[in-house]
Amino acid sequence: MPPRALQPLEPAATPPESIRNFCIIAHIDHGKSTLADRMLGITGIVSDRDARAQYLDRMDIERERGITIKSQAVRMPWAVDGATYALNMIDTPGHVDFTYEVSRSLAACEGAILLVDAAQGIEAQTLANLYLALENDLEIIPVLNKIDLPAAEPEKYAEELANLIGGDPDEVLRVSGKTGMGVEALLDRVVERIPHPVGDPDAPARAAIFDSVYDAYRGVITYVRMVDGRLAGRERIQMMSTRATHDLLEIGVSAPEPTPTGGLGVGEVGYLITGVKDVRQSKVGDTVTNARKPAAEALAGYTEPKPMVYSGLYPIDGADYPDLRDALDKLKLSDAALVYEPETSVALGFGFRCGFLGLLHLEIVTERIEREFGLDLIATAPSVVYEVQTDDGKTVTVTNPSEFPIGKVAEVREPMVKAAILTPKDYVGTVMELCQTRRGGLLGMDYLSEDRVELRYSMPLGEIVFDFFDQLKSRTQGYASLDYEPMGEQAADLVKVDILLQGDRVDAFSAIVHRDKAYSYGVLMTERLKKLIPRQQFEVPVQAAIGARIIARESIRAMRKDVLAKCYGGDITRKRKLLEKQKEGKKRMKMVGRVEVPQEAFIAALSGDTETAKR
Amino acid sequence: MPSALPIADPAPDDGLLPASVVAGAEERRLGVYLHVPFCRVRCGYCDFNTYTGDELRGAKRTDFAGQAIAEVHLADRVLASAGLPRRPASTVFFGGGTPTMLPVSDLAAMLAAVRDTVGIAAGAEVTTEANPDSVDAADLAALAGAGFTRVSFGMQSAVPHVLATLDRTHDPARIPLVVRWAREAGLQVSLDLIYGTPGESLADWRTSLEAAIAERPDHVSAYALIVEDGTALARRIRSGALPAPDDDLQAEQYDLADELLEAAGYRWYEVSNWATSADHRSRHNLAYWTGEDWWGIGPGAHSHVGGVRWWNVKHPAAYGSRIAAGLSPAAGREVLDEESRALERVLLESRLADGMPVSRLGSSGRGEVAGLIADGLIDGRAALAGRVVLTRPGRLLADAVVRRLTPA
Repeated sequence: MPPRALQPLEPAATPPESIRNFCIIAHIDHGKSTLADRMLGITGIVSDRDARAQYLDRMDIERERGITIKSQAVRMPWAVDGATYALNMIDTPGHVDFTYEVSRSLAACEGAILLVDAAQGIEAQTLANLYLALENDLEIIPVLNKIDLPAAEPEKYAEELANLIGGDPDEVLRVSGKTGMGVEALLDRVVERIPHPVGDPDAPARAAIFDSVYDAYRGVITYVRMVDGRLAGRERIQMMSTRATHDLLEIGVSAPEPTPTGGLGVGEVGYLITGVKDVRQSKVGDTVTNARKPAAEALAGYTEPKPMVYSGLYPIDGADYPDLRDALDKLKLSDAALVYEPETSVALGFGFRCGFLGLLHLEIVTERIEREFGLDLIATAPSVVYEVQTDDGKTVTVTNPSEFPIGKVAEVREPMVKAAILTPKDYVGTVMELCQTRRGGLLGMDYLSEDRVELRYSMPLGEIVFDFFDQLKSRTQGYASLDYEPMGEQAADLVKVDILLQGDRVDAFSAIVHRDKAYSYGVLMTERLKKLIPRQQFEVPVQAAIGARIIARESIRAMRKDVLAKCYGGDITRKRKLLEKQKEGKKRMKMVGRVEVPQEAFIAALSGDTETAKR
Repeated sequence: MPSALPIADPAPDDGLLPASVVAGAEERRLGVYLHVPFCRVRCGYCDFNTYTGDELRGAKRTDFAGQAIAEVHLADRVLASAGLPRRPASTVFFGGGTPTMLPVSDLAAMLAAVRDTVGIAAGAEVTTEANPDSVDAADLAALAGAGFTRVSFGMQSAVPHVLATLDRTHDPARIPLVVRWAREAGLQVSLDLIYGTPGESLADWRTSLEAAIAERPDHVSAYALIVEDGTALARRIRSGALPAPDDDLQAEQYDLADELLEAAGYRWYEVSNWATSADHRSRHNLAYWTGEDWWGIGPGAHSHVGGVRWWNVKHPAAYGSRIAAGLSPAAGREVLDEESRALERVLLESRLADGMPVSRLGSSGRGEVAGLIADGLIDGRAALAGRVVLTRPGRLLADAVVRRLTPA
């Protein structure tokens, strides 16, 4: 079938009335990328031959995990009743770690397709992004995907969606990204329902940056939505937050390959290239204006990315430390939210303290370092940011338990989140129990449908980063989904638990935990280390302590035998080589006081391998 | 399966030694080791270089004495041509394998070849290993008549289920007999024991120790069982058919051995060896620990002369064909540098009751001495007197002590 719009509209000369800017809100495996691919095919901008599955997702990790990390924007022509339109599909990250980036993408749109798997129903993350979209006054088009699946229950989930956003279940479109069924009707609906952009074409140029991507060949590619005025090639532009100016080397639209144009006008979506090499010089949320005729006021909504979760990253082979530094330096170019500084650990050697937007961000960064740079890493337990007030009135910001002030602490404040958990109703009790053990306070509970419940909790972020998601998944057979958003901070009875080996603190295992949990953390870690640390020539106490007070204790019995009884006739050579090998092994040991610990033991203790092996 | 040979330099076909071996030779004694690589059955724990009938691949036991005698002649020529002084052997040791798988006349002929070439010193210690079920009174008398002074019986245990796990075939009741016959023949007696066999309890071990002590041997060796890769025992442990030896139990067993032997008048002189008096220590074994010279005759045998170590090809067939071709049977050698010699001296001498002079240690090793005394691993009085001597707990951690005493 030929595409409907045979003559696409010319960029930079498209009236706002013919433009529709929209995004797709969907859970990770609900088929967003497949649907997007299908739209590219139906609108004719990607031929079937070029159609590569999930065209818009560029990075391997994204492709494998089915997650869109970096958004892109693509311009598609479409015709309804003989009139031609330019549809800009803005791809948004789907995960809560990237809420800020999501909000900037949403701000570039007038409408959103709410895409839900017809066999699974809406998930917590989707719900969160839906809230964001409604806050941005976006027109929502509810769509059920994968209706070709035998397990699809479109009636049930259409009802659920209609309940959520108001309206009639019959209004919920039913499509299959895989077969293409219903996709044309969806494109028609986009044109019909989503308002066209509005802006002042004669005002000084203002374009909102909603994404900024590092490309090894072209430098940073900045994705913008023009709000007022226009930008043209070869102009000098200015970033309004920093006042930095750059020459525009290229301006264009993605269709879906970058296609240079004469410029961008009101309501249009496209990209800019200035030759800068670091995404920090082109920040998401910033406003681009014309350097010669700058706008008086930036667009609202810009904030600096703020790390929520910190973790120490260490190379497993200490010799890889310089390579790790290079890897972080390179990643930083494409990841404006990544922050890091050098850190040293007794247990783990030289590494970096890194700040992340959340757990997924942490996971993505470590995975990229391992995959793209070939480094083996160990990450310390994630920690959130605590504000500690001491008795003498000082406030200390603690991102690493080792920075926790020694001595009299007046108050510790920890970041809180509002967590939304969607679960089948059979698991409500289990989930509530889990949330209670994690110091959750119930905020509310709603039935989304007959058998699906949304639970809302206030919860310390520190509890979420400690294994919460895995616990939630395993206790609900994988059915529950989780989303959370920051909800300020609150004072709590938090203490730092240290783990001591023969009286010496092992920095990598210090943790800030609630006083009620201190004992169980102490017991967990001392038992783990007892199992993992080889016996020494002397007894080694393994203790957990709050300050000077010991709260848990294990002991590694002294090794009694370490001798080869016989000497193999006259084969002294073998004996000597064995000794040399043993000494090599000893060199790889980390020393904590007098205790020799193989690095693998620390790594296993951090990753909790001992318990996993038992299961 | 026999264990692998070390990886090192190739050995020259003529077996000639570098001139460096002469330095200090006057102060070193010469020993001769003869390796008889035959056994009737292979014990499941053993990775020594030995072969049963169907593993011989055409090598004949009847040819062996002649081949070994040829290597004795080679040894005599090589030692002389290196410019070494003539030193009659102060110790000769027949080990295996099971030397007594060969007729006594073969053993006697090999010993005679040593006497006729390098010579045997007056008062030399001449030992053979023997299985309790491979010798009788007449054999032992004949060995004594041929010049042997000492026999070392592979007793291993007095407990039937332990012997069965070790694949040892002899009847424990035979031990008193062979010891008596050896005494009657005028031979010194050593009994070899193994502890830590899977399934052996502390009580089992006590039984074996008491049985051994009851025979009043001059010398006792007690070795912890080591599960060597590639042995049948290792496979049975891996498959779960047998439990792995437990280090803590082995440590208790060692302590018990030392207690019972001490109480019976034996004194340790090396980590795994006890004797009733200094005269009854195995001088041949001590030569290994104190860096003397020895020539190892036979397949897979190791030699050391003046800082050069070498070892022979392992299989009796390969050994026989090299000897037949008039070539040295050595498969590889290494010439020790000063660093390796120093390391070896610490490694070996620290295992002896006589200890090692503190002066052997480098500065890092000396820095560890006080800590080792504090940890109870070396004897404080001996250290003050200038020697490193292991305490009983230290003997059990000898390898760890050596790692601390030697440079990183």
